[in-house]
Formats: sequence, C-alpha cells, structure tokens
Amino acid sequence: MTKVTFVEHNGTEHTVDAAEGQTLMEAATKNMVPGIDADCGGACACATCMIYVPEEWEGKLEAKEAMEETMLDFCEGVADNSRLSCQIKVTPALEGIRVTMPESQH
Amino acid sequence: MSASGEKGIVIIGAGQAASQAVVSLRSEGYEGLITMIGDEAVPPYQRPPLSKKFLAGEIGFDRVELKPAEFYANANCKLMLGTRAIKIDREAKTVSTNDGHVLDYTKLLIATGSRVREINVPGFDLEGVHYLRNVGDVAEIQSHFKAGGRMVIVGGGYIGLEVAAVAKKNGLEVTVLETANRVLARVVDPIVSAFYERIHKAEGVDIRTSSTVVGFEGKDNKVTGVDTGDGNIVPCDFVVVGIGIIPNTELAEEAGLEVKNGIVVDECTRTSDPDIFAAGDCTNHPNGVFSERLRLESVQNAIEQGKTAAAAMMGKEKPYNQVPWFWSDQYDLKLQIAGLSQGYTQAVKRGNPETDRNFAVFYLKDGVLIAVDAVNRPPEFMMSRTLIAQHAKLDPARLADESINMKEVAKA
Repeated sequence: MTKVTFVEHNGTEHTVDAAEGQTLMEAATKNMVPGIDADCGGACACATCMIYVPEEWEGKLEAKEAMEETMLDFCEGVADNSRLSCQIKVTPALEGIRVTMPESQH
Repeated sequence: MSASGEKGIVIIGAGQAASQAVVSLRSEGYEGLITMIGDEAVPPYQRPPLSKKFLAGEIGFDRVELKPAEFYANANCKLMLGTRAIKIDREAKTVSTNDGHVLDYTKLLIATGSRVREINVPGFDLEGVHYLRNVGDVAEIQSHFKAGGRMVIVGGGYIGLEVAAVAKKNGLEVTVLETANRVLARVVDPIVSAFYERIHKAEGVDIRTSSTVVGFEGKDNKVTGVDTGDGNIVPCDFVVVGIGIIPNTELAEEAGLEVKNGIVVDECTRTSDPDIFAAGDCTNHPNGVFSERLRLESVQNAIEQGKTAAAAMMGKEKPYNQVPWFWSDQYDLKLQIAGLSQGYTQAVKRGNPETDRNFAVFYLKDGVLIAVDAVNRPPEFMMSRTLIAQHAKLDPARLADESINMKEVAKA
C-alpha cells in the first residue's frame, strides 16, 4: 500500500492507502474522496478527474500520453502541473505524494 | 413491516445511478438508513467496460465495481442483492420484493435502468445465442473465445462494433449483420458510418449491411447458423445480439406513475409522486440545453441524475442540465460524442475519414453546433462540449479548416 493525500480545493485533506496497480483516480473514488468524479471510469474520455501534482513529484510519474495532454489542454482550470488522475498508476515511488484538486470538474 | 424495522430511503436498482445516489445522499448530509435492491448478485459496477476492456480480459471485476463492498457497510447502506422489487405501494409507502420482504420508505429512488431488446425470430432460444448486458453475460461470451471460432453479431450499433473489435483481437472470425444500410445508422452521419465500416473491414470483420436476421438454425439445440432470409445462412459457433435496450419502467407504471418513453421526471428527477424520484436510463427528463425531453442511455446521465436525485430527496434543487456525452472504444480508436445530432441540417468534416484514423464531424442545425463525433480528436470533443452548451453559431469553413486551432474556431 502507498499513502497518498488528496487535498480538496477548500483545503480538506484525505489520506488514503492506495494499492499498487490502481490508478490515483481509483484510489480516490474507492475511498470516498470527494471532488474526483471520473464519469468514464478511467477511459481518458471525460476529463473529470483532474488533479494538480507538485513539481517535486512530477519526475516520479510516467509522462503524459498525447490523449491526456490534449484532453487537459481544454479543461477548465488547467495548469502546467495538471494531470488526469485516471492515467497515473500507483507505485511505491509515490509514497507520501500530496495532490490538490480544482474547485470543480467538468 | 420493513426488513430491518427501520424506515429510510429505498433505492430500487443497483447500477451507476443507484451507487452515485448513495455517495451523494451521504455528502448531502442524509444520516438515515439506505436500502438498495438489485437483481444481480454483485454490488454496483460500471457497464461500459463490459463490451471493452472487461470483455477483452484486460481488467477484472475489481476494476469494474464502483465501490468496494465494505463501502456500503461503512455508509450504512443495506444491500439486498439477487433480489427483485415486485411492487411499489404508494399509499402505504412500501416496496415488496420477490423474496417476501416489504420495505417501508420515506423517499424512494427508482433507478431500474434498462434491459436488452430481445430478438423475436425462430431459434432465439438456442444455446449459443447471447446478449451483453451484465457481468454474467460476459463470462458466457468469453467461453466461446477460441481462435478461429466463428461469431455472428446481430446489430451494428456501438455494442456490436465494440464486441467485434474485441473478438477480432482474440482471433475469431466475425460477421456483423445490420438491418439498416449502414452501421451506427441511428446515431451518426453516413460519414462516420463509412469510416467504421472501412476500419472493421480492414481488420478482417465481415460487415453485412441491409441484412435482416429472420431466424437461427441449430443442431442438438445449439446454434449453428444465422438465416438472413435472402437464401444465405451464415454459419457460426455462437451469436451475440446487440439491437438496443428497453427502459425498465413497469414497476413505475404499475404504481400509477406517469410513464412515457421512460419514467417522466422533472429537471430535479421528481416523479409525479412527491416521495418518489427516478434516475438514469429509465427516465424521460427535460434537457435545458436542447429544450426538449430526452431518454438517455449513458453513464453521464446516470451519474448526474443520481447526484440530482440525492439533493432533491434532501429538499435541495440541483437541476440536471448538461450537454450529453458518450464514448466508444474500438481497436486503437476512441470515439467521443458530445450533444445530440438528431435534426441536424449540415454535417461538417474536419480531417480525412477516408484515409486517416482520426477526424471529427460537427453537426450544425441552422448554423448552430448541436453535436460532434470525434475519433481520436480530444480537442474537437472538448471544445465542442463548451460550444454546444453556448448554442454557438459557427462558420462551417472555419470548423473544416485544420489550420485553425479549435480554441479559435468560434472567433469571427
């Protein structure tokens, strides 16, 4: 298990035990973290699971594929450190990661 | 009396809308008992992967279920699985189940979803004739997945074509029989139909349009062929029928609720009974974006109405009012659809669907964007969701011009 912390837009923190092989999106939705809708269930089709990843963690994640990159480009509230959490696999290297969430997902 | 002796909110159905309603009821502050009645043996799960990654065996049930089983216990939601609701008594405010329970409800959510449309031709009950709607169906279909096996798919809609793509990857010989003169005829422009026919043929799928099934042939009670009535029998080892779904509205209708192509609800999922709400595939609801009533078969609709229903049961108005969207995965192609194309007056092509594997078709009604089909084109899909909601009037020439970024197409 890997400890992952999701921080809501209002500052509320949720630390969950994420299983290896899960995505960050699944770790959130299966542990009742609000603010990650994930309508499409992880098919990279809807862009309702956006998170912000602190700079120091970026290097520990797999790089974005073209699909994720272009979906993000059109998301409300997108920033340089935005990712779709359904495209990020949980690995031991992510132990202690803290990601933040936008005010709402569209 | 109720099974638990405690009154609370009862949810009939255990799909995406039901699951979302539990999550949203708790976040809206509801603290009482929730009872969910579902006729399948498993807790709520996602259906879209059933014809995609789950059928392909790429993901297991743990990746398809919406919440782990302990979630429902923690949320004080009692699951009555493998159980069917058989009657709603609106005066007594109870729901009866097939195993003899009578549950009292304070508020009731009907999230009964839909079931497959069955094919009514001779031989329909032969072994080897399958439908795809639930996890159990997938296991049966997969039991036939042997390289070289011959599969016939009845219906060239999304389910049929997604199953064809997965079966082809598993080395099967696949024939698709479609009554209309093109695949996806109900939902897309001929440009998109021609594209998918080209792709599937290139992958080796035998697509036969204008081909109506009049019967199944069998031997020893097992299907061996499909009769298309034109003197042809298509030999096969098994069949998957995907010819649409029917909303499950009978319980509501028998209870005297208004039903008209779905359970009639308002923008807050309220039925004609103030204590009864309905969400998901089974509803006929108003859509503010399109200014008409719709019955939608989609996950987005189920999730959003689940949220709206939870709020409405708590006395809060959070109207459901969004641009519908859908997706379909076939081979390396992700089709993303936003809006509804019915009634379009012009289809505008961006990209080259005759030769490439990515393009978009925009649907305009009197110049206003009402829908898009985007194949491996996220910018076209994402930008269109916004533009459709805005009722944007667009210049077809700019939409078709690939040198103009999607973020700029709406500019004059």
